[in-house]
Amino acid sequence: MPVYIGKRLLVAIPTLLIISIFVFSLQKLLPGDPILAMAGEERDPAVLALLREKYHFNDPVIIQYFRWLGGMLTGDFGISLRTNQPVLELIGQKLPVTIQLAVMAMIFALLIGIPAGILAAVYKNRAIDYIANIFALSGLSVPNFWLGIMLILLVSVHLGWLPASGYESIFVDPVRSIKTMIMPAFVLSTALAAQLMRHTRSAMLGVLSSDYIRTARAKGLSPREIILSHTFRNALLPIITLSALLFGELLAGAVLTEQIFTIPGFGKMTVDAVFTRDYAVVQGIVMCTAIGFILMNLIADVLYAALNPRLRATL
Amino acid sequence: MKKFATLTSALLAGAFLAFPAMSAELRIGINDDADVLDPAQSRSFVGRLVYTSMCDKLVDIDQNMKIVPQLATEWAWSEDGKALTMKIRDGVKFHDGEVLDAAAVVATIERNMTMTESRRKSELSSVEKVEATGPLEVKFTLKTADVTLLAQLTDRAGMIVGPKAAKELGANFGSNPVCAGPFKFVERIQQDRIVLEKFADYWDKDRILVDKVTFLPIPDTTVKLANLRSGDLDIAERIAASDAQSVKDDPNLTYADVIGPGNMGIYVNVGNGARADNPMGKDKRLRQAFSLSIDREALGQIVFEGTSLPGNQPIPSTSPWYNKDLPVPTRDIEKAKQLMKEAGFETVDIEMQHANNTLQTQAMQVIQSMVAEAGFNVSLKATEFATLLSEQTAGNYQMSRSDWSGRIDPDGNIHQFVTCKGGLNDVKYCNPEVDKLLDEARASQDDAVRKEKYDAANVILNDELPIIYIGHQPYAYGVSKKVEGFQPSPDGMIRLLGVSKK
Repeated sequence: MPVYIGKRLLVAIPTLLIISIFVFSLQKLLPGDPILAMAGEERDPAVLALLREKYHFNDPVIIQYFRWLGGMLTGDFGISLRTNQPVLELIGQKLPVTIQLAVMAMIFALLIGIPAGILAAVYKNRAIDYIANIFALSGLSVPNFWLGIMLILLVSVHLGWLPASGYESIFVDPVRSIKTMIMPAFVLSTALAAQLMRHTRSAMLGVLSSDYIRTARAKGLSPREIILSHTFRNALLPIITLSALLFGELLAGAVLTEQIFTIPGFGKMTVDAVFTRDYAVVQGIVMCTAIGFILMNLIADVLYAALNPRLRATL
Repeated sequence: MKKFATLTSALLAGAFLAFPAMSAELRIGINDDADVLDPAQSRSFVGRLVYTSMCDKLVDIDQNMKIVPQLATEWAWSEDGKALTMKIRDGVKFHDGEVLDAAAVVATIERNMTMTESRRKSELSSVEKVEATGPLEVKFTLKTADVTLLAQLTDRAGMIVGPKAAKELGANFGSNPVCAGPFKFVERIQQDRIVLEKFADYWDKDRILVDKVTFLPIPDTTVKLANLRSGDLDIAERIAASDAQSVKDDPNLTYADVIGPGNMGIYVNVGNGARADNPMGKDKRLRQAFSLSIDREALGQIVFEGTSLPGNQPIPSTSPWYNKDLPVPTRDIEKAKQLMKEAGFETVDIEMQHANNTLQTQAMQVIQSMVAEAGFNVSLKATEFATLLSEQTAGNYQMSRSDWSGRIDPDGNIHQFVTCKGGLNDVKYCNPEVDKLLDEARASQDDAVRKEKYDAANVILNDELPIIYIGHQPYAYGVSKKVEGFQPSPDGMIRLLGVSKK
């Protein structure tokens, strides 16, 4: 197992290098000048020239790339052009926010998606199955920004139950923190829950039609035992992979949801940074996200092995 | 019984005593996150909103845009207009306890003029040197007479920062800004909030009626309004025109607006590179026809729900500097067609770029259909803002829709846009006569003379139309009824002295 993990981590190095080249060159291909975008209404040519010099925008692109790459290897992700803060510090500020949102959304998605999927499989082609499918389809097709605004209007403005938007650190005021995150996490979870439900349903159906389940039934095991310990446990493997991947995606930040609920996470920072051509910030976030995604994939594979003894031998 | 009475009165007294100690917090929703919190480096409108509460300036403006004392109690110009002497208020302290004196003022102005990252250089470009002529007196010596300097000092160029903090933190001053305003910096969480608290040693502390101010950037207008209506915000700035009615209809909210000093214009590329070679750029009659075919009043009604002000000059008609002899033209399609004919055109195909937000897109579509009636086939090019800005500067456009937030002195709305070497002259218009008039207007200390020069320049600009002005933006606010004493300022800033919360 350690050898396997080591190998996987080694493979991650060229992957990250390729990503770094991509994100760097894509940024450079964007039209618009970061110094000008930052200048706003104060566009004194002399000052702009000085700033271009200071941030090395006059150097050849390849030198800029290696300067950035070299910096990253020593833990220096650069400085935000917009606010002068080190990118690493910004990422440190945003990461807990995004993780909290991702964890809460994942919990919602698992709590809704998996039971719904099990029920839909067990009661295949019956009312419950259809209802679950309708909800899944709606969850996938209703746009987040619409659902978000409707929830704000209903829950915050009319009922006054939850704060309309904003963020509070869980370490400062846990109650308010959870309260502000409920709506965005729920909005974010709808599409995930739908995917999880569909996957759980098909995985469960696959297992339910297998021979050993028929044997279990013939042995006279209770339906509860058959479904939970025999079927679900075996159906869990693809669900875990999917969950880990979904969680990896969540860590990239939820652009629309964060924008609507004004949550200062990765997604919102990325959007703002792209619009102001704050190169170092965009690059830093993409690299961090890529690392997170690779790690989540690795964790999924390791869990997979832990749950499926047959795979252990191959690692 | 006696015991009971004592207890009750004690409780009552306690309650009364406790009342003023209860902390009042104002939560203000702003449109975007601010940039660096350093007056020398700042370049965003929302940054200025925060400074208004945090950093006092040498001079301020009143409700009529007249310059009034703030940190400087009085000032005088020399006979030739090349020296400005200011008396600094006695007993003012910075947030870190340091004393604000003439030396601190000199240090700030010099920092603004020399620091690499400073964005204040052009605002202070007429200053030759600044020196302390007494413990509480400073003298600005100018290279050329520049009466607009005073107006520059009402904004970021005149915000005095703590010299100790500025020296220690350098370009990183924004991480912990130290000023001399009514509220001091507590914390900032990027894209989430900026928190200020009451500064107990403020020179005018009796007028600070809230203990804490939190600025929350909420870019989505619907969400901002929802926060205001649910009570999570006390004041929301720049309410969308389409939301004005629902603010007015809400029994818990009040609506307030004011026309700002800025302008909304359509830039015509008359001389910026190869793309200036287009019919609109070459013939002023086509520009006049274009201007005449816009119904500015209807545009304001449709797009801004009547909250904006129709306009045809860089300065709004609410300003004393507006040239009243050139009123906003009424729409005249016949005359427009005639002008086009004189220029030798039946129809003109032209491309116009604009920022890709809903409001601008809507406004541009209205204009597109208005001018079509005269024979202009406008193709609209919705462009992301950073790109639009670089295209406009580089001259890669035929027509471009652009906003200016406006300055207190008329010079700030005109000079840099249309003088041959103006820093914001993206249309590359150049007319020595206009340059001369605007330079003279800058140098004179006599408002009547200045007005004459601006009037004359506006006559020329209104004829040649390198920039076709269409109107002036409003600053609209939604305010909770719990907030008392709030009044919108004509510069769009939120001034919190005298504002309280029930």
